[in-house]
This record gives sequence, C-alpha cells and structure tokens, in this order.
Amino acid sequence: MAARFGVVRFPGSNCDQDAYYAIKDVLGKPVEYLWHEECDLKGSDIIVIPGGFSYGDYLRCGAIARFSPVMRAVQDFAANGGLVLGICNGFQVLCEAHLLPGALVRNEGLRFVCKHVPLRVENNRTKLTSLCTEGQTLCIPVAHGEGRYVCDKGTLAELHDRGQILFRYESDQANPNGSIDNIAGIANDAFNVFGMMPHPERACDLSLGSADGLILFQSLVQSVN
Amino acid sequence: MPLVKIAITLKPTLLDAQGRVVQNALHSLGYAGVEQVRIGKYMELNVADGPEIDSQIRDMCEKLLANPVIEEYRYEVVR
Repeated sequence: MAARFGVVRFPGSNCDQDAYYAIKDVLGKPVEYLWHEECDLKGSDIIVIPGGFSYGDYLRCGAIARFSPVMRAVQDFAANGGLVLGICNGFQVLCEAHLLPGALVRNEGLRFVCKHVPLRVENNRTKLTSLCTEGQTLCIPVAHGEGRYVCDKGTLAELHDRGQILFRYESDQANPNGSIDNIAGIANDAFNVFGMMPHPERACDLSLGSADGLILFQSLVQSVN
Repeated sequence: MPLVKIAITLKPTLLDAQGRVVQNALHSLGYAGVEQVRIGKYMELNVADGPEIDSQIRDMCEKLLANPVIEEYRYEVVR
C-alpha cells in the first residue's frame, strides 16, 4: 500500500515545489498539490503544509492562511487522526489554527537566518521520527525571519512531560532564533500533527548539502503502511 | 459609520526584540531616559453600528486580528 501525500498551496507558498520534488522524485511516492480553495484532500494519507510567505505574512505569519477553505478539511482530517506535517510557514499556520500549541515570533536577532543547523532528535517514538535514533543529529537547513518558538510555562511543561518536543537545536549556539528551550519542532498531544521550523524537504538530496531530512519522510511512509 | 480603533500589543512577558533595538537607537540619539520600548500594531476599521458591535469587535480580535497566545488588544469606538 503506497502512502499518498498532499502538499497544500496558499498564495505565497514557495516551498511547495521542493516538498513535491522530495516526495515524488527522491522518496518515490504519489503526491498531489492541494490548492487552498479546495476542500478535497484527494485521498491523501499525509498532508504537508509547506514553507513560504502565505498571504505575504500579512497581519501575522499564517494568520490568514489558517482560514483558507483547505484548512477546514485539514482540521477535520487531523481531528480524525490524519497525519499533518507543517514546515516553517506551515508550522506557523498550524499554530495559528491551534492544531499545535504556542506561537512563532520574530527571530531574537531580528535577522533572517538561512543556513544548515544541527538538530537533535528528542523523541523517536513518533510517526515522524520512528526511523531515527534518540539523540541522533540531523543536519537540516533553516530559512526564516520569524521562527522563535514561544509558549507559556504551563505549555512548556506539558510539552516536556508528554514528549511533544521532537527536535531541539543542538545547543544554545546552534539556536538560530532564540526559541524557548531551543525547540525546533513539536507534535500535538495526539502525536498526529507535527510542526518544525527547519526544512527537511531541502535535505533529501545530497547535492543540496544534506540528505538527513529524508528519514523523516520515510518514517511517515512507514507509519502509514 | 463608527470608526473602530484597535491597538494590538505583545503580552508583557514576551521579549520584544524590535523594541529593544529601537530603544538602543533612541539612546544613541541621546534620549538616555527611555527605559522600555514595545512595538505593536494599530488598526482602524469602519464597522456598521448596532447593539452587537462590541461583541463583534472582540470576536474579530480574538479570531483574527490578534493572536491570543502572544498578544493583547484594546479598542475604542468613535462615533
């Protein structure tokens, strides 16, 4: 049984093609684009909300995209246990949609940071990280100006206690944006919705500098089969 | 039609990196007495009047105009 992917496209999404390429040409799995005005998820097993500047980041990143018609379908899909991966702007959309806790705000250093960073896998008992080993380092590029993850103390304690923190930047020095507790990626409490600021779809092909991201897509595929 | 003025500000517990940079800039201009700068958003809406106007504005703020995880809002209706 092949896992089918759906890559959402909002006006202003710009990492949709990278995600599509990684899934179709590197991973070799069926994938379709899902235009934001369509409520039909086309039988997808895994929804990817890609990076970019949906709606120009107007008002707040992801604030307007979360009300797109496709997101109503994604909310229902997630409520029924469907797998959703939000990358960068996708993570912002999922937080705005309250499918993930917390919020992403302006980088502490106020600069747009674009470089490979070392991520540590904190929890490998999830459908996104099952093929990783705990504590494994993944070299994945970030490219964002508003990637600082914030949440209140209660939420942070819950994320910690329940193992919802999936990735951390490997050290304070490696943290490109000032995220609380060096958090780079999280899951919801049902562990079917995932969000991460780094771009695993840009780390699936060694010619781009790292293929460490492929293992995450492979984990998702394995979890569906 | 009433004018609704809305101010959206970051919650006080949140680090305002932009505000800090602006504070430093003001200090370098010689305004040593500036202790804190926090930067928010200001919006003006023309909203149809009615008995529901306040609850509508609060709804708009809570759903879209502000992110309640990180922001607070206040508003004024000018008739």
